[in-house]
Parts: sequence; structure tokens; C-alpha cells
Amino acid sequence: MTMIFGVALPALLGQLLLGLINGSFYAMLSLGLAVIFGLLRVINFAHGAQYMLGAFAAFLLLERTGIGYWAALLVAPLIVGVVAVVIERTMLRRLYGLDPLYGLLLTFGIALVLEGLFREWYGTSGKPYAAPPELVGATNLGFMVLPIYRGWVVAASLVVCIATWLLIEKTRLGTYLRAATENAALVESFGVNVPMLLTLTYGLGAALAALAGVLAAPIQQVSPLMGSNLIIVVFAVVVVGGMGSIMGAIVTGYTLGIFEGLTKVFYPEASNIVIFVIMALVLLVRPAGLFGRGA
Amino acid sequence: MAGVTDTAAESRPPGLARLGFWMALVALALLVVAPFAIYPVFLMKILCFALFACAFNLLVGYVGLLSFGHAAFFGGAAYFTAHSVKVWGLTPEIGLLIGVAGAAGLGLVVGFLAIRRQGIYFSMITLALSQMFFFVCLQAPFTHGEDGIQGVPRGRLFGIVSLDDPLAMYFTVLVIFVAGVLAIWRIVNSPFGNILKAIRENEPRAISLGYRVDRYKLGAFVMSAALAGLAGGTKALVFQLATLTDVQWQMSGEVILMTLLGGIGTMAGPVVGAALVVTLQNYLSAVGIPVNVLIGAIFIVCVLLFRRGIVGEAVHLLSRRAR
Repeated sequence: MTMIFGVALPALLGQLLLGLINGSFYAMLSLGLAVIFGLLRVINFAHGAQYMLGAFAAFLLLERTGIGYWAALLVAPLIVGVVAVVIERTMLRRLYGLDPLYGLLLTFGIALVLEGLFREWYGTSGKPYAAPPELVGATNLGFMVLPIYRGWVVAASLVVCIATWLLIEKTRLGTYLRAATENAALVESFGVNVPMLLTLTYGLGAALAALAGVLAAPIQQVSPLMGSNLIIVVFAVVVVGGMGSIMGAIVTGYTLGIFEGLTKVFYPEASNIVIFVIMALVLLVRPAGLFGRGA
Repeated sequence: MAGVTDTAAESRPPGLARLGFWMALVALALLVVAPFAIYPVFLMKILCFALFACAFNLLVGYVGLLSFGHAAFFGGAAYFTAHSVKVWGLTPEIGLLIGVAGAAGLGLVVGFLAIRRQGIYFSMITLALSQMFFFVCLQAPFTHGEDGIQGVPRGRLFGIVSLDDPLAMYFTVLVIFVAGVLAIWRIVNSPFGNILKAIRENEPRAISLGYRVDRYKLGAFVMSAALAGLAGGTKALVFQLATLTDVQWQMSGEVILMTLLGGIGTMAGPVVGAALVVTLQNYLSAVGIPVNVLIGAIFIVCVLLFRRGIVGEAVHLLSRRAR
């Protein structure tokens, strides 16, 4: 058996794949956070709850209406996006122009309510959600055995991240968005409906989180608490990457996921904290974050 | 963060300050007789959380830094005190000192890293570092993981007074609470405190006046952490228990809620907020309503409708009437 640094190659590759999957979720979630923060100047603490909502939406769609995985990939983010639009219109909107910390506190409250309700209704134990039959099983790549669903998650998240990046950097809508980030008043005076843009952005960010939730449902169990611990790690990812650049958020997400996977191989006790340690190191060396533009 | 506190509260008429003084005296008198009417452990719980919220408010209310990781100092000190009293057999006052010193040390590390960024990033960094501390507590052997440190002896204060007597324990907690609040009052109303407020109002200007802003921020952070540790260590003695609950991020959220509900940047606000939240939790857990849903709902209502908090709104109304 091939050994690298005293670790069997298949074990190493297995953990690398797990790290890559975690990195996929970090990337998708920090991407959504960065898009929302860029325009709304709000740190969306409810992002983890929206991720959880996405997973639960998929679970309930299957349970109650028999709508399967593939349709849920589309419907669940849509539902969560609509919920987010309502939140933005009725609550978040009133806080624009105030200190951004109020947005953090409001979304923290929303996250507590959402998680509390689902905990009350469904308990803390996870609900199993089966992967679709097309993606069950594993394929032998010669050097390692790849579970098909895991490969699909990595591929799908890459596509989603690149599509979002293209949407923001290359389309007309994305141009408006970036322009409004720089100077909202000026863009509005050109006749762009900026309030609508803000609503859509929040909805889009939440839908991205929900999509990540659907993708995660067959890997992790669907549980009310699945989002809250994840979101804190994603915050650390965002601090490391800096929220100035979309690409920065994506690259940092995948990289830190891989680092976490590697730590699990070589020093498992530290795997929970490695991302926070990296965050502390980055703060010492480059306080603005790797891709940040100033504090 | 300058927008969080109401600058009008600073220019309150002198009559209001006198009113505040008398109300504090009345509250103190009530606290002295309260244990003869109300269950002392419940009162001690309120006092511990009130001191915790006051310590947190020192940072958010007077420097404008919203820490989302104060549970680390509160719960960390609880572990340090519990361990030194139970395993090393030290007296409670030495145990508390160790808790405070440990919390201050943690505060030095966390603060040193967190003040490198501002605003929203500061909050996220404190949250992330306290989560890291949570994982350390989860795995470190001396915290006993999920079980926590149980059966912590209250011991004899200065080797003389047995704290197993509920009233002796209560008055010890009351003295600690009053001393802690007085310390915060003294810090806030000192030249040092004025510089902190200057940083909150206009940081670039404070820098241009020649103040080393980072040192002042770090100083305030360490003091806040140490006082939060005093509250946490005291709580460990009262409940004879130190667990993971106290270092979890939910605890950081709770202390924010107490301060926000009572009034950020007011002396009495955190005390009022802590009393309300603790009472509510006790009542709700008896009735069986999910506590987190209600806490979240109060957060939403506070942020949307009365950002000054209860005491802040009262001060605002009174000072407008006085004009």
C-alpha cells in the first residue's frame, strides 16, 4: 500500500474528499454572505438557519408531497428565497442606514426563532434523507473509491459558485449590483430600482444557502441544529478571505475545507479548531484578510 | 458602532443623575432584604448575570465594540474557579481570583486578535475565537467534557465563613456584584473612560489627537473580560457547577440580549435586562414554551422597535421632559 508521511494513500484521499465537500459548503455559504454583505452591509446571521430551512424544505417536500430530490434542488431554494424576501421587506429594510451591527442582531434573532421552532416541531435528532437512486453507489477511480453522491456535491457546488461569479461579474444585473455596492444613490438616480435590487440580493443569498442545505441533506442528517455550528465556521472563513471579493470567498472556502480534511488525517484532535487557528494567524499577518480591501 | 448608543443620554440634565443615585440606593436596600422574601439562589442567578451583562456593556456601551464571544470569559472563569476550588482545594476567594485572572488572560489573547479589525468583523472574530475555546473545553480533560465539573464545594470564605449557608452565600454574591458595578462605574467615569467614549464617537479623531487607540481598546477588552470572569466564577460557586452551557455561543447571545433589552450604554440597563431575561427563562421553562423562540422574538422586537432598551427609552423620555 502506498504511504505518504506514514499515512495510507486511500485514507489520505478519503479525508481530502471529505475536506473538499466541507469546503464546498463553506464556499457556497461564504459566497452568499459576501454577496449580501456587499450590497446590504448586513452580516446575515440567519444564513445557517436558511441552510437548515433548505434541507428541511427538501425533507418535507419528499415526506408530504412526494416531490423528489431533483425538483427539490429547484423548489426548496425558491421557497427559502421567498421567505427571505418577506424578511427583507418587513424587517431588514427598516435597519438600512443604521449601524450594521443591528442587522447582525436582527438576523441573529431570526435564526434563534427559526431554529427554535424547528427544534420544537421535529426534535434535535436528525432525519435521514436518501440520495436519489441515480447518485447512489460508488465508482472506482483506480487510486480510490469515490462515492458518487459526494463527487456530485463537489461538482455541483463548483458549478453553482462559478455561475454566481459569472452572474455578478459578467451580466447586466451583476453590473447594477456592483455599481450599487459602490454608490447606491448614484445608481438609483440613473433609474435603477435599488430597493428591489436589495430585496432580490437578499433572496438570492438565502436561496444559495438553501441550495447548499439540499445538497447537504443526504450527507448529513436533516436536523434543526445543522446550520448554527456551521455558520460560525463560515464566519471564520469570511474573516480569512475578506468580503471584498466573490472569488476570494470561493477560493478561501475550498482551501480551508481541504486544510480541515488534512488536519483530520495528521492531527485529528485539532480538526475542530484548525480553521479558527488559521483565522488567528491570518489576522496576525494580514489583518484585512487574504483578499480584503482594508478593514 | 457610534450609532448604537444615544448621545443624548450623555447630556442628561443633572436632576436625572440625582434620580439615578437615589434609585440605585433604593435598589440596593431592596436587594438587602430580598433574600428573606425570595428564593436566594434565584436572586444570586440574577446578580451573576447582571454583573456579566454590566461587564459586557462596558465594552459595547462605552467603547462601541460588540463582542459576540463573551461566553468564553464567563464560562472559562467558571471552569477555572471550579477546578481550583474542587481539585486544588483552594478557598473560594482565591478560586475567584484565579477565575478572574484566567478570564483576563483569555481576554488579552482574544482582544489582541479581535481589535485588529473593526465593526462587524470584530464581532465575527470574537464569535469564532470563543467557538474555538468551546471546542478546547469540549476536549480538554480537566473540564470533564459533557459532564462538566460537578459538586464544586462552596468552601469557607477566607477560611472562616461557611458559604454553604444560603444567606452567607447570598451576601457574598451581593458584595461581589456591588463591587463589580462600582468598578465599572469608576472606569466609565474616569479620564480613561472618557477616552474610550471619544474612541466610540470618532475613532480617527481620537487617533489624530495622539491617543493609542488600540491600547485603550485592548485595556477595556481585558477589563470587560475580567469582570465577566468574576461573574462566571461566582456563578460556578453558587450553582457548584461549571458546564459547557456557559461557554457556548448561545450564552454570548443571551448577554447581548440582556444588555440590548435593558439599554446599551446605560448603567442600570444591563441589570434590568438580566433580571427580566432570567425571570422569563425560569417562568418559561416551568410552562414549557420553547425559550429560544421567545428570546429570538425579543431580539427582533428590540432591534426593530426600541433600540435604546427599556432604561435607555426611560432616560430619553425623562430628559426630553426636563428640557
